[in-house]
Amino acid sequence: MYKIIKKEQLSSVVWLMEVEAPLVARHCEPGQFIIVKHGDEGERIPLTICDYDREKGTITIVFQPVGVATNKFLDLNEGDAFDDFVGPLGRPSDIIEMSEEELAGKKFLFVAGGVGVAPVYPQVKWLHEHGIGADVIIGARTKDLLFFEEQMREVAGNLYVTTDDGSYMHKGVVTTVIDELMAEGKEYNHCVAIGPMIMMKFVCLTTQKYNIPTIVSMNPIMVDGTGMCGACRLSVGDEISFACVDGAEFDCFKFNWAEAMKRSQLYKTEEGRAMLKYQEGDTHHGGCGNCGGEN
Amino acid sequence: MPNMSKTKVPVREQEPLVRATNFDEVCYGYNEEEAVEEATRCLNCKNARCIEGCPVSINIPGFIKKVTERDFEGAYQVISESSALPAVCGRVCPQETQCEGKCIRGLKAEPVSIGKLERFVADRAKADGIKPEGAKVKNGHKIAVIGSGPAGLTCAGDLAKLGYDVTIYEALHKAGGVLTYGIPEFRLPKDAVVAEEVKNVEGLGVKIITDVIVGRTITVDELIEQEGYEAIFIGSGAGLPMFMGIPGENANGVFSANEYLTRNNLMKAFRDDYDTPIYHAKKAVVVGGGNVAMDAARTALRLGAEVHLVYRRSEAELPARAEEVHHAKEEGVQFDILTNPVEILMDENENVTGIRCIRMQLGEPDQSGRRRPVEIPGSEFEMECDCVIMSLGTSPNPLISSTTPGLEINRRKCLVATEDEGKTTKEGVYAGGDAVTGAATVILAMGAGRAGARGIDNYIKSKEANA
Repeated sequence: MYKIIKKEQLSSVVWLMEVEAPLVARHCEPGQFIIVKHGDEGERIPLTICDYDREKGTITIVFQPVGVATNKFLDLNEGDAFDDFVGPLGRPSDIIEMSEEELAGKKFLFVAGGVGVAPVYPQVKWLHEHGIGADVIIGARTKDLLFFEEQMREVAGNLYVTTDDGSYMHKGVVTTVIDELMAEGKEYNHCVAIGPMIMMKFVCLTTQKYNIPTIVSMNPIMVDGTGMCGACRLSVGDEISFACVDGAEFDCFKFNWAEAMKRSQLYKTEEGRAMLKYQEGDTHHGGCGNCGGEN
Repeated sequence: MPNMSKTKVPVREQEPLVRATNFDEVCYGYNEEEAVEEATRCLNCKNARCIEGCPVSINIPGFIKKVTERDFEGAYQVISESSALPAVCGRVCPQETQCEGKCIRGLKAEPVSIGKLERFVADRAKADGIKPEGAKVKNGHKIAVIGSGPAGLTCAGDLAKLGYDVTIYEALHKAGGVLTYGIPEFRLPKDAVVAEEVKNVEGLGVKIITDVIVGRTITVDELIEQEGYEAIFIGSGAGLPMFMGIPGENANGVFSANEYLTRNNLMKAFRDDYDTPIYHAKKAVVVGGGNVAMDAARTALRLGAEVHLVYRRSEAELPARAEEVHHAKEEGVQFDILTNPVEILMDENENVTGIRCIRMQLGEPDQSGRRRPVEIPGSEFEMECDCVIMSLGTSPNPLISSTTPGLEINRRKCLVATEDEGKTTKEGVYAGGDAVTGAATVILAMGAGRAGARGIDNYIKSKEANA
């Protein structure tokens, strides 16, 4: 059992949990993820590691409940425990593998959108601990959805916050901030973008213009997370990669975005039906297409 | 005087068209009278060829004799001397090429139904609350086993019986390996059979820790240096699915059999009360001819699809057990043999709409000794479908080999280990099952688990002798 020692609501839709998992905390690195599952009927949910404390033996996860399984996680409180919490999965971020000289030669730009702030944070923090201040752009649709601004400010070089609707700080999407920074004469030679797939795609189109090598982190559909099922396969150049063992980070310029986006939609109908059934509980009477109810 | 009936006592099964709509076990197995009657067909040969055919050398005439005497507990203890998982083997072993294939009665008539008798004895023991006997004295040596599939469970069970303190590390959230995620409920019930066999192994004193991926959560070297294990057995299986490399393979609706079966078996997606989704196809094409292909095809059928099985060689070369092929056909799986896919077709949303195949004919024998399938030029055709399940075999996962210095692999990425003792190239580390051989059968993995236990026992004893 994996005890939840902290539960916190970060924004109107995003939650944080700090979970006791000493073996995972001993071995994990920025860029890796875990799989969490609760209840016999529960689904295995992959979530990127947002922070870790090797001494306390804890892992911090941040998630936005969308399906039935992640909504059920919210029923758990501090002191409760997850049945299963396994990891670390995937390869550590490229930055961990870089030599000191390589790191010194890099000018980093991190772009985080939506819940993508969570996986970006440990990388920026890791660089900070190694004496490097990376520039970070955080984008949110609106002010209410923004989280981790203060934490990020503590570890980032320059932090730029933007909201699509202009309700807080800069108005616009993350790519407009990139364009503005480049127009100001900023130089970057390593970009990491994590967020909704559509955001990552447009970041890549933008950084490509400026010839900035860019890494994205993918979270496709998966089951086991150890390379066994192949559900997370993606086309990178001419190669088929499994995000769970070859990723989750990939060089975005070789990436097949159209395919990856369509693959992520596969279970949309089933998930929607299950969610409807879950939300309506005993009052559920149709609309899901499964139960024979009307509509 | 033995019973000279030329045919096996028939075994009762669910009606094909009924069972094709549910996930309950297909075969009901023998009852006591049927089992005793079938047991009397055994000639109790002095030079029992059936034992040679068994990868774990069960004393087959010995246990069958006990069945004729209605000493079912005695029969169970005879089997338990050689097998940790009789309820599993009685259900999934390819008996026709092993014990039953060697049975002398098979020369002139049907062989003795050894598999069904083994299953009867194991199920009866469970019903009567009989358990395998553990070690009376512990020897204090700590051994770690990686993987709780057939190889790992067998190795752990054997070592525990010898008095070792054994801990199994399992990557998934549930023990059993392929018995849990791979083989479907209708062939191998999870709660009634697999969970019980796992409990029996735990009853011998074996500890099972789930959610630990060796190579990620902890390394082999850490198990030895920090956790104090004196020897390790790696039975991590062959988990990585292969694909054909044809156009359209990443379309929505194309799955590896591993994924499809894991969703259904481990995650129980076929049940409404479980959260994991599965794709409900209207018409599914399964590519491949092994047991896993049969399992995938029969699962798709039960989930409501019309199912075609596409196989590039002829029916005689199907690697699946005869019983699985027979059951699949009875249930309505349509076999398109001597057919090979060349492209998967999709619509503008990249959903599968069909599969383009080419007809094959058999040419000269290849390296495997089977006649090589050769394309017939101009014979391409298209089949409509909304789902394709690739069941082309698997290869070992590199997570352990790539994180364990000194552990050699061959060019097929399988661990290098000796056949008689499972000894790898790293001291104190033993291995067996699919991780060494590539995808094979449950019983061969059990044989390798047994060899590994022998190797580890010899290793610990020789270390003690030299100390």
